[in-house]
Amino acid sequence: MSELLLETRDLVKMFGDHAAVAGLNLEVHPGEMVGLVGPDGAGKTTAMRLIVGALHPTSGGIRVAGYDVPAQIEKAREHLGYLAQKFAMYGDLTIAENLEFYAEVFGITGEERIKRSRQLLTFAGLQKFENRPAAALSGGMQKKLGLATALIHQPKLLLLDEPTGGVDPVARQEFWHLLVGLLRGGSGVLVSTPYMDEATRFNRVVFMNKGKALLNGTPRELMAQLDGRILELSAQPQRLAHQVAQADPDVEDVNAFGDRLHLRARDANAVMNRLPGALVAAGVSMAHIRFVSPTLEDVFMNLLETK
Amino acid sequence: MSEIKTSGQTAERNSVISTRGLTKKFGNFTAVNGVSFDVMPGEVVGYLGPNGSGKTTTIRMLCGLLHPSAGLALVMGKDITKEPEQIKQEIGYMSQKFSLYDDLTVLENLQFYFGVYGVSRELERERTPEILRMAGLENRTNSLTRELSGGWRQRLALGCALVHQPKLLFLDEPTSGVDPVARREFWDLIYDLSSKGTTIFVTTHFMDEAEHCGRIGFMSFGNLLAFDTPTALKHKYLSGAAWSLDVTPLLEAVDLLAEMPGISQARLQGDRAQIILGSDSLTPDLLAADLRGHGITVNAIEPVEPTLEDVFNFLAKKGAAAVA
Repeated sequence: MSELLLETRDLVKMFGDHAAVAGLNLEVHPGEMVGLVGPDGAGKTTAMRLIVGALHPTSGGIRVAGYDVPAQIEKAREHLGYLAQKFAMYGDLTIAENLEFYAEVFGITGEERIKRSRQLLTFAGLQKFENRPAAALSGGMQKKLGLATALIHQPKLLLLDEPTGGVDPVARQEFWHLLVGLLRGGSGVLVSTPYMDEATRFNRVVFMNKGKALLNGTPRELMAQLDGRILELSAQPQRLAHQVAQADPDVEDVNAFGDRLHLRARDANAVMNRLPGALVAAGVSMAHIRFVSPTLEDVFMNLLETK
Repeated sequence: MSEIKTSGQTAERNSVISTRGLTKKFGNFTAVNGVSFDVMPGEVVGYLGPNGSGKTTTIRMLCGLLHPSAGLALVMGKDITKEPEQIKQEIGYMSQKFSLYDDLTVLENLQFYFGVYGVSRELERERTPEILRMAGLENRTNSLTRELSGGWRQRLALGCALVHQPKLLFLDEPTSGVDPVARREFWDLIYDLSSKGTTIFVTTHFMDEAEHCGRIGFMSFGNLLAFDTPTALKHKYLSGAAWSLDVTPLLEAVDLLAEMPGISQARLQGDRAQIILGSDSLTPDLLAADLRGHGITVNAIEPVEPTLEDVFNFLAKKGAAAVA
C-alpha cells in the first residue's frame, strides 16, 4: 500500500449546534483523483478548509503527507496546494508577476523563482499572455492561473474547490488535461465539481450530504447500482408525455434531456409494459422507449430524492 | 409601421429583441462585433460561447446598462439608446452576481425590489405570496439571506427579478455554482414562466441546459457565429455521425483521435471519448485496429446521438481559428 497523501478520520466540524462536517473519512493516494460531489451546503468546502488548516476541527483527525493537521500545519502546508472557489489574485499585476509573487510567499527566490514561474506558465498554456494583467483574463484563464499559483511550491496533494465552475466546455477540457498531467507525476487531487459529466472521470467519487459521505466508489461502481433502472422515452408532445410518465406508479423521476425524457424506475420492466398504453390513451405518440446506461447525475438524483 | 431604420439597417418592432449590427468597443478591444438577431415572443433562447466571447456585454447593452458603439437594438420595441430607463422597467435581469442584501431577510429583499421598481403597495401585497410560492420560499420568508444555500439564493434572485412581472427575462449564468438538483428545479421554474408567455434569454455553460432551449445563439470573440434550433445546429455544423468510445488510457486516445484522418473532432464525454466522423469510409473495426496499433485498449465503440457540446466544440474552434 502506498503512502497516503490525505487521510481524515471521523472528522467533525460544528458551527454552533450545526454539524457542517459530521464524521467524514477520506483517503487520497498518490496518482489518484478523488471527487467530492453533493448538494449545496453538503460540507464540501468546509471539509477542504479543515484540511488546509483554515478551520480547526471540532473532533477527529487529519493527516496530510503524514503530518498532523492542525498540529503540524506548517510541515503539512509544504505538501499542500489549494485552489479556493474565490482565490486571491492581483488584478493589476501581470500573470507572470502573480506567479512570482506566490513563489516568494512560499520562500522560493532567485533563479528558482523565475524557473518555476516559466515552467508553470508553459504548463498552464499561459505563456502567450504572461504580460497581461490578471484582471483582463477570461474566466477559464483565471482558473488556469489559479491552478498554476497553487502548484508553485510543487505540492503532493492538491485541493480544488469547484475549479471549473463558470468555465466554458472547451476550457473545462483543457483544465482536465492539465490535472491528468499532475497525477502522472504522483500527485493526488481532491476536487469538487457541480458537473456530473466531469465527475465520471474521477478515480473515485465521494457523495456528500449533511456533512457525511453517503457513497464512496469508482464512478462505474456507483452507476452500476442503477443498471436496468433508467429508461429513455422519445414521445410527442413532450410536456404531456412528461405528465403521463410522472403519473406511473413505478416511475420515480422524469428528466427532460434534449428532445428525450429520461425515466428512473423502481421496476423498469413494469414501466416498459405499462407506459406505452398509457401514453397512447393520453394522445401521446411514442417513437421509442428503451433502456439506457445510468449516469452519475442519475445516481445523484436517486440519492437525494429517495430519502 | 413595424420597423425602424438607422443607417441602412432595419430592426423589427414586433420582435421582443431585434438587433442589427450591434457593436461594443472598449478602447481597441471589440467585445461585441456587429451582432444581428431577432427573438420572438415566448421563445427560450440560449446564448452560448466561451468565456470572454461577448455574451454578458450583449446582455448589458440589451438591458440598457451599456451604450453600444455602433448598430441598433430594439427591446420590447424600444430603442436601447433612446429609452434605456423605460426598458429597465419592462425587463427582468438576473445574473450569478445578482445583488441580494445578505443582512436582510428573504421577504425584506423582495420588498426592496418592489420599491426599486415602483410597484404599488396593493400590487405588492398581491404579488408577494405568488412569488414566494413560485420560488418555493414560503417557509423561509424570515431567513437571513446570508444563511441561504446557493440554490435558494438563485430562487430568491429570480423572485426579485420578477416583482414587476416582466415579459422578457435576461438570465446570465443563473445556475453557476448550483447543484444538479437545484439546477433542475430552477429550470422547472423557467419552463413555467415560458409556458405563461415570458420570453427568456439565458446564458449557460451547461450544455444539457442548452439542449432545452428553443434556439441557440453562439458567440465567439465578439462574433455571433450561429443562431438556430439545437437540431438545426447539429445538422449544419456536425459533418457526420457521433461515436462514443470506451478506451484506455482515455486522454492519449482523445489526443490521437483528434489527429486521425476521417475524424473531424474528438473530446471527452464523461469517462469516454466522443468523436464526430468526417467521412463515411471509417468503420468501428478499422478505427479499433488503428487505435490498438497505437497501444490503446478499445473496449467498445458505439454510435450515439450528437449533443450541443459537440456543436460548441466545433464552433469554438472555428471561431478561434478565424481570429488566429
